[in-house]
Amino acid sequence: FYLTPPQVNSILKANEYSFKVPEFDGKNVSSVLGFDSNQLPANAPIEDRRSAATCLQTRGMLLGVFDGHAGCACAQAVSERLFYYIAVSLLPHETLLEIENAVESGRALLPILQWHKHPNDYFSKEASKLYFNSLRTYWQELIDLNSGETTDVREALINAFKRLDNDISLEAQVGDPNSFLNYLVLRVAFSGATACVAHVDGVDLHIANTGDSRAMLGVQEEDGSWSAVNLSYDHNAQNEHEVERVKMEHPKSEEKSLVKQDRLLGLLMPFRAFGDVKFKWSIELQKRVIESGPDQLNDNEYTKFIPPNYHTPPYLTAEPEVIHHKLRPQDKFLVLATDGLWETMHRQDVARIVGEYLTGVHHQQPIAVGGYKVTLGQMHGLLTERRARISSVFEDQNAATHLIRHAVGNNEFGTVDHERLSKMLSLPEELARMYRDDITIIVVQFNSHVIGACQNEE
Amino acid sequence: AAGMFLRLLSDIQWRAAHPKWRRMTSSQRSTSTTAEPHPVSLPAQAQVVICGGGIMGTSVAYHLSKMGWKDIVLLEQGRLAAGTTRFCAGIVSTARPVSIELKMAHYSNKLYQQLEQETGVQTGYMKTGSISLAQTQDRLISLKRIASSLNVMGIPCEIISPKQVVQLHPLINIHDLVGAMYVPEDALVSSASVSLALATAASRNGVQIHERTSVSHVTVQKGHVTGVETDRGRIQCQYFVNCAGQWAYELGHSGEEPVHIPLHACEHFYLLTHPLKEPLSSSLPTVVDPDGRIYIRNWQGGILSGGFEKNPKPLFTEGRNQLEIQNLQEDWDHFGPLLSALLRRMPGLEALQIMQLVNCPESFTPDMRCIMGESPTARGYFVLAGMNSAGISYGGGAGKYLAEWMVNGYPSENVWPLDLKRFGTLQSSRTFLRHRVMEVMPLMCDLKVPRWDFQTGRQLRTSPLYDRLDAQGARWMEKHGFERVKYFVPPGKDLLDLDHSKTFYKPDWFDIVGSEVKCCKEAVCVIDMSSFTKFEISSTGDQALESLQYLFSNDLDVPVGHVVHTGMLNEKGGYENDCSIARLSKRSFFMISPTDQQVHCWAWLKNRLPDDSSLVMEDVTWKYTALNLIGPRAVDVLSELSYAPMTAEHFPSLFCKEMSVGYANGIRVMSITHTGEPGFVLYIPIEYALHVYNEVMNMGQKYGIRNAGYYALRSLRIEKFFAFWGQDLDAFTTPMECGREFQVKLEKGMQFVGQEALLEQKQHGVYKRFTMFILEDHDTDMDLWPWWGEPIFRNGRYVGKTTSSAYSYTLERHVCLGFVHHFDEKTGEELVVTTDFINQGEYEIDIAGQRFQAKAKLYPFSSLFTQRRRKDEVELSGYQRE
Repeated sequence: FYLTPPQVNSILKANEYSFKVPEFDGKNVSSVLGFDSNQLPANAPIEDRRSAATCLQTRGMLLGVFDGHAGCACAQAVSERLFYYIAVSLLPHETLLEIENAVESGRALLPILQWHKHPNDYFSKEASKLYFNSLRTYWQELIDLNSGETTDVREALINAFKRLDNDISLEAQVGDPNSFLNYLVLRVAFSGATACVAHVDGVDLHIANTGDSRAMLGVQEEDGSWSAVNLSYDHNAQNEHEVERVKMEHPKSEEKSLVKQDRLLGLLMPFRAFGDVKFKWSIELQKRVIESGPDQLNDNEYTKFIPPNYHTPPYLTAEPEVIHHKLRPQDKFLVLATDGLWETMHRQDVARIVGEYLTGVHHQQPIAVGGYKVTLGQMHGLLTERRARISSVFEDQNAATHLIRHAVGNNEFGTVDHERLSKMLSLPEELARMYRDDITIIVVQFNSHVIGACQNEE
Repeated sequence: AAGMFLRLLSDIQWRAAHPKWRRMTSSQRSTSTTAEPHPVSLPAQAQVVICGGGIMGTSVAYHLSKMGWKDIVLLEQGRLAAGTTRFCAGIVSTARPVSIELKMAHYSNKLYQQLEQETGVQTGYMKTGSISLAQTQDRLISLKRIASSLNVMGIPCEIISPKQVVQLHPLINIHDLVGAMYVPEDALVSSASVSLALATAASRNGVQIHERTSVSHVTVQKGHVTGVETDRGRIQCQYFVNCAGQWAYELGHSGEEPVHIPLHACEHFYLLTHPLKEPLSSSLPTVVDPDGRIYIRNWQGGILSGGFEKNPKPLFTEGRNQLEIQNLQEDWDHFGPLLSALLRRMPGLEALQIMQLVNCPESFTPDMRCIMGESPTARGYFVLAGMNSAGISYGGGAGKYLAEWMVNGYPSENVWPLDLKRFGTLQSSRTFLRHRVMEVMPLMCDLKVPRWDFQTGRQLRTSPLYDRLDAQGARWMEKHGFERVKYFVPPGKDLLDLDHSKTFYKPDWFDIVGSEVKCCKEAVCVIDMSSFTKFEISSTGDQALESLQYLFSNDLDVPVGHVVHTGMLNEKGGYENDCSIARLSKRSFFMISPTDQQVHCWAWLKNRLPDDSSLVMEDVTWKYTALNLIGPRAVDVLSELSYAPMTAEHFPSLFCKEMSVGYANGIRVMSITHTGEPGFVLYIPIEYALHVYNEVMNMGQKYGIRNAGYYALRSLRIEKFFAFWGQDLDAFTTPMECGREFQVKLEKGMQFVGQEALLEQKQHGVYKRFTMFILEDHDTDMDLWPWWGEPIFRNGRYVGKTTSSAYSYTLERHVCLGFVHHFDEKTGEELVVTTDFINQGEYEIDIAGQRFQAKAKLYPFSSLFTQRRRKDEVELSGYQRE
């Protein structure tokens, strides 16, 4: 069984999406030029999700990747809801009041977010009312709190993450009279999702990360080469600080059972996540909810199963680790991706491949004659060879697609091997997950001119 | 990149023995006589402030000071001749397709030739000649057309064979060539040195030059320039000249009253090499290979070669441009295709060693012609910029014309094709400019056939009927941003694609337009002519009439409801505009002008109408859709739709009335068609446009109505000898010279602009005469078609050029319109042109070097006016626009 190059391309491009920040009179005043995103499923259905939106009532753009486990319900809910929580956390008091008054009097709401979605990125209509009510309760509380202080982005991100996870948990405990919704909120709470979210506003880049997805900055050095800067830490067993944190939060007696086989309680790979109430609720609460829940839940062995050595919940948190970075002109792009990418590629290779792709042929080691003795004929030969080499890059119109092509198809020499690519993509559904994980990638391209100008102003 | 530039400088200093280039280096600059040590303070006031010390600014300063203006300050943000001027290739080439550009280049060449002697500054002037190569027959035709116009201007030029090419330049591979054009007097200069020489001469004439002084903005009060703000203080002035090159756009936008200067810079690359083993002679001709998109000149024993690639890189797209030119990067991958073309043309250069790839930005404009003239909104604000990479060729002539404009009120030649006022704010969007210049730069080398159109920056201004017409097969062209129909491709018929339809011969739309013309003659056609500029001028008392009587040459004191064709003349009697004016009421007038008059006519009238609040002028172009119903059955369609008799007794020619058509009321119906055919133009408030169009098409069905486009209109008007402003008529043409004395009321009881000049001409005769030519031995299917700009020969001697041409489907002949002069056989002096002189000659029209016999006529064929009414009612106005 062999896929032709066009077939490979149609598989790789099925989920690709690009957004270019619109220009105003020929000028793009945003620090973001645009982004490319794509995902390649291994699970059926895919458990990864992605989101991107522009904040309309405050400045800035939000982008995020979400890696679900034990189903996609939680990742789906977080991808729909988290940005609203963040946006609301960032809103000034007056705007919150305005929005609340509009809802109260049945007037049209100010739009909070402008989404940039691929047609396959869906929102669940059924739950929108429920989700909205939870969100409204949140902003009502924010209004009552009225700290009066200007909102700090770091704090807003942390609050939004924690609040959403709390709401997911509460909704599952309370349940819903509608049986479909009731089952939905329980599935959301019993599945889990990691989240890696970027907030870009001018030169201020905040990354809020929960779990083992990763944010990486692509930096172009003065000599034109590319290097990678991590803007998140994986929350898993490989992260000593994270293991340390978990151990601190539980009695010494549990030290041995907390992390087994590099998993939390021997079960969960990420050490932080949304949902996963099995690692958060008390045993009593879990039993009560499952028993009163619908039959489907009771029949599910996974949900009924209580983790071993479960003594002092919660073992899991959705609180993100937030990193702030001031963008510099040499910071050319940001890659957000689920662990499916990072398992197969080193970040240094990611930086190089995306960097060379984005700058096209032009800056891929620019040729300079300098002091060398080069003849017209030699130069001509060199250029012809470069053109031939580079033409493969232009197969992709999307940096994320280009990266997936490399992630799946790279051979031991670091170049895309079509045969390998074809094999990997034609694996039957049940086998695919053995060879690769879901991959979701967002590549955000920065506007160096604007960033340079902002820097000069400061 | 900065490092590389330094290397270039050191290379050059190392070659200090070569004076041509030496002047460009900064270390040598201080020896220039024009440089002033910095702390010399700026004057508080001056008559003229020129911004920009490149070739344009220094040329304007040079010519102004020569013409006697002394109180001039020239400001340069860096050093003199440090921008594009410093880096450009220094080729002076007269082979230009547009006549006014050709004249500028010719003058520049003569000026530079004697500049060194005049100023003592070495300019590196070297008369090398140039060879333009043709790889295809079509390219050769376009070269032949240029050669024809160079020859009649007295500029030596010949079409040569590939073998002759080798004799002139041994390195050229001629295997793929079909011919070439050789212009022996083209030259090379060091452009920076020319600029410094001009500055030196200007400075001797009293012009003050201040380097390292940048203009932040220009202040304007009550529509006049009052001064400039610089980083070193303010200078009061009456005139400001923006010669800021690629910075001109930003500078124009920096003031409170923005001046829109539509240009955008693109990166432009050229290559410098080390000398050949046997260094190239400095007198070797420059080679232009447009099909390979490259030019090659000799440079210090090696070569300098650049070109105009298909995928240009616009520059400074992210807001205000502060980038130092020398920081621009070399981009070898981008230059690759041009390098291939170079090695294909001169394979012997393979082993030649590279010295440097220079990145020298050039400014391009939306229509490939440079920008000069006065701002329509700020008087005294002049502009000279956007040279489309021919700054050195144009520099001398452009500076001269602009200086004449400032000193005399108008240049000595018609420069309308270059006038800033041909653009409006609509061409000033950054996005539009970026997209358009990406098309314009490759076009520098593309083959330009008759009636080519720009493809970018389209669908900006459209009629409300655009989609309806487009769905019916309309093919579009653009004027002043407005989409206009060329013709309608009938269903089931396919035309060639854009690239394949390019031809100098019979075009693929020939039969389509023919059937549209036939329908205009026999039934009725509808043409959407909404793009015309429309003004309404009204007043509370008689001010409107009085002012218009002064500004227009015909008598406008006509009964309400009459339409008058009239010129808007300048002091010399020349046409500033040609329009139709309807008297809507005692005190209000509706004025229709050509599409591209929107800015020019507005500025002209604004500057001349009395400053009187009771006199109101409004631009209502956007408010009306114009439908032109042409043909003998137009009257039937309209009377059925309006339930009003439309026959000549009830609705005479040149009449205007508000009527209802279908459900829509307030439609201004005028009995003119701009073609000489019977019919009407309907001016429809735009919200009714679709309704009225549908009504007309439905009702017209039984009369055989169909859509038609401008090509049909053009054929109709030219066979009727109707002149068109901007094509046939310009500011240097008077009504007397084009047989339109009947459109002038010399005795209307009051003075009007241009009256004296016309009286003078009436008394003493005219020096050129608008004439119609019917091509006699021209085979429409096989021969090259005329376009415009073809030389006219009378008894074998050159007498003028054509201004427009079209195939007449009625006469089954080509018709050319053009001006005939009478040059004295011995002295070349211009003599009076009489009717006898016209009638008693044997004429030939030169199309790309081939001459065709032509019959000259001063009056149109009366047989063409089949639907003739009373003689005085026939629209013999010779009036039409495209």
